[in-house]
Amino acid sequence: MEYFIELLFSGLTRGSIYALIALGYTMVYGIIGLINFAHGEIYMIGAFTALVVSTALTIYGFPLLAVVVLTALAAAVWAASYGYTIERLAYRPLRSAPRLSPLISAIGMSIFLQNYVLLAQTSDFVPFPALVPEFAFMEPYAHIVGSSDMAILVVSALAMIILTCMIKYTRTGKAMRATAQDQKMALLVGINVDNVISITFITGSALAAIGGLLIASHIGQINFYIGFIAGIKAFTAAVLGGIGSIPGAVLGSFILGLTEAFATGYVSSDYEDVFAFSLLVLILIFKPAGLLGKATIEKV
Amino acid sequence: MIFPRKTLSILAALTIGAALAAPAFASDTIKIGVAGAHSGDLASYGIPTMKATELVVKDVNAKGGINGKMLEVLAEDDVCKPEVATNTATKLVSENVNVVIGHICSGATKAALPIYRDANILVMSPSATTPDLTQSGDYPNFYRTIAADDAQARTLVDFTTGVLKMTKIAVIHDKGDYGKGLAEYVRTFIEQGGKAKAVLFEGVTPGAVDYSAVVQKIKRSGAEAVIYGGYHPEASKIVGQMRKKRMKTAFLGPDGVKDDTFIKVAGDKAEGVYATGPADVSKNPITQKFHKAFIEAEGTEPGAFFDNALSAAIAMTNAIAKAESTDSAAIAKVLHTETADTPFGAIKFADNGEPIGIGFVIYQVKDGVYQQVQ
Repeated sequence: MEYFIELLFSGLTRGSIYALIALGYTMVYGIIGLINFAHGEIYMIGAFTALVVSTALTIYGFPLLAVVVLTALAAAVWAASYGYTIERLAYRPLRSAPRLSPLISAIGMSIFLQNYVLLAQTSDFVPFPALVPEFAFMEPYAHIVGSSDMAILVVSALAMIILTCMIKYTRTGKAMRATAQDQKMALLVGINVDNVISITFITGSALAAIGGLLIASHIGQINFYIGFIAGIKAFTAAVLGGIGSIPGAVLGSFILGLTEAFATGYVSSDYEDVFAFSLLVLILIFKPAGLLGKATIEKV
Repeated sequence: MIFPRKTLSILAALTIGAALAAPAFASDTIKIGVAGAHSGDLASYGIPTMKATELVVKDVNAKGGINGKMLEVLAEDDVCKPEVATNTATKLVSENVNVVIGHICSGATKAALPIYRDANILVMSPSATTPDLTQSGDYPNFYRTIAADDAQARTLVDFTTGVLKMTKIAVIHDKGDYGKGLAEYVRTFIEQGGKAKAVLFEGVTPGAVDYSAVVQKIKRSGAEAVIYGGYHPEASKIVGQMRKKRMKTAFLGPDGVKDDTFIKVAGDKAEGVYATGPADVSKNPITQKFHKAFIEAEGTEPGAFFDNALSAAIAMTNAIAKAESTDSAAIAKVLHTETADTPFGAIKFADNGEPIGIGFVIYQVKDGVYQQVQ
């Protein structure tokens, strides 16, 4: 039973990690129907920013709590500015182009950012400080779930709640939903669609940066390539849950994380990806739009 | 074939001449064949061996040769291709070499070995690492001065079961050629040894965001030690998560883990981790002497397998000197029974031709640096 609980937590941790990244994919897709392949790189840039800022703050002798808060803010702002810039430079000029063009542009952006960080930083793995301390009250449970796992769970739960509230109850959220439904119509009723899209990129990027900080602190090392693998998994989770749907991305992430953890625990870690992707194929056969995705009717 | 009488007599004269000349020539010098890639893509693997042998021969000749005979190097190129290597070997045999240093690549070595075996010539490779070359028993004339591919796995298993006396071992790998290959040797040696049990054999996905599930599985398996086949990024993640879960399980890795980045990344969680690596030979006076000679002659640092090639040349010339003969059986006896002082220290050879004294040693992270154990 304890083993089951351990695996459950391990799956939930993975799920939360995927969810923090998957939300960005699904929000962008929901609004403009674009798969932002550079999103994984935003996550990676968030992690690198966090590394630089936290190292600098620690050298200046700030207390840990201040380091964490300021680092999170800096990483979120910096990554958000990247997200905003990418949208302005690589996607906005192509908004009325055929669907394939922005997709290629996104892949190009992803490769560009990877190589940019590779050249500007290093190709080696660099150590990342443990920003989440080992809480004393967690000590009796440390063999089951670590403090950083717990922090990931709590932060991603909070992020999801805040995001859901924002979309449901604020004016911006309402504008986002309107834009998602019909861009031209939203424009006609006086919504600044360009702004809404920018806000979507900024929010998604900031979330990914927070994810980057938490995950890097959890595994203790980063390099320029971490965004790619995490991005692919998060994208899978978003598709699984129904791309475009925010609760869907969260659900898909947890299903993916738990499947991987239990496949490793009860079968073999050799097959964790086999199980995860078989599940994806199965779900897409029976629900082509994903678990919570809406089947859209193409207007011809 | 029909020859005109005149040609025949010339041929006969030539043959007799050659027959007379050859033994006279052979008695003047001891011929050491050097075979390997001396041109093409892999020349950088073969040329250092040629240079190393030349330096050792020069050194021996400067001291008056062996039993009054001077040594002579005959280098032949095999471009690391098996089909060329058979020609190379035939050429060296026809030139009456006494011993051969080479070949460089395992495939070429394997192709050439039967030719030397049939001619009863001893061969010593500085770089062919395929375990099969010695373990198959097909090539009693073969020796090497480099550890075989499975040597790391053997060192790891012997250390875990013999020195640490652990009986339950989890074998984890990264699914790659290097990591999985090593892990499979480790599992085989654990089973053959009979002293311990491989309680887990699993591959992890490199680059995954979290390894806690596989770490829980290691914990549940009751393993006392983890032997990991793979490189340092995954090793540091797994060790980090094991220590976070308060597991005290020993962690051992191959030379892919014996990297300073591992310690830098894993930090204090790296403490106590074991890893195999080649012994440091740079302080050895023999190494220093020949490296200095090489740099003076060539102006660059010696390349790949230089120290192994020095060891091969020294071991061979030493054995010829001690055997006081160029008879293969006499040389072989010395190689197996008496040690030679090489860059790797005093080495001799096991019955199957594997070097005793060249291999991997265990390092352990202590106070943030890898320190040699034993």
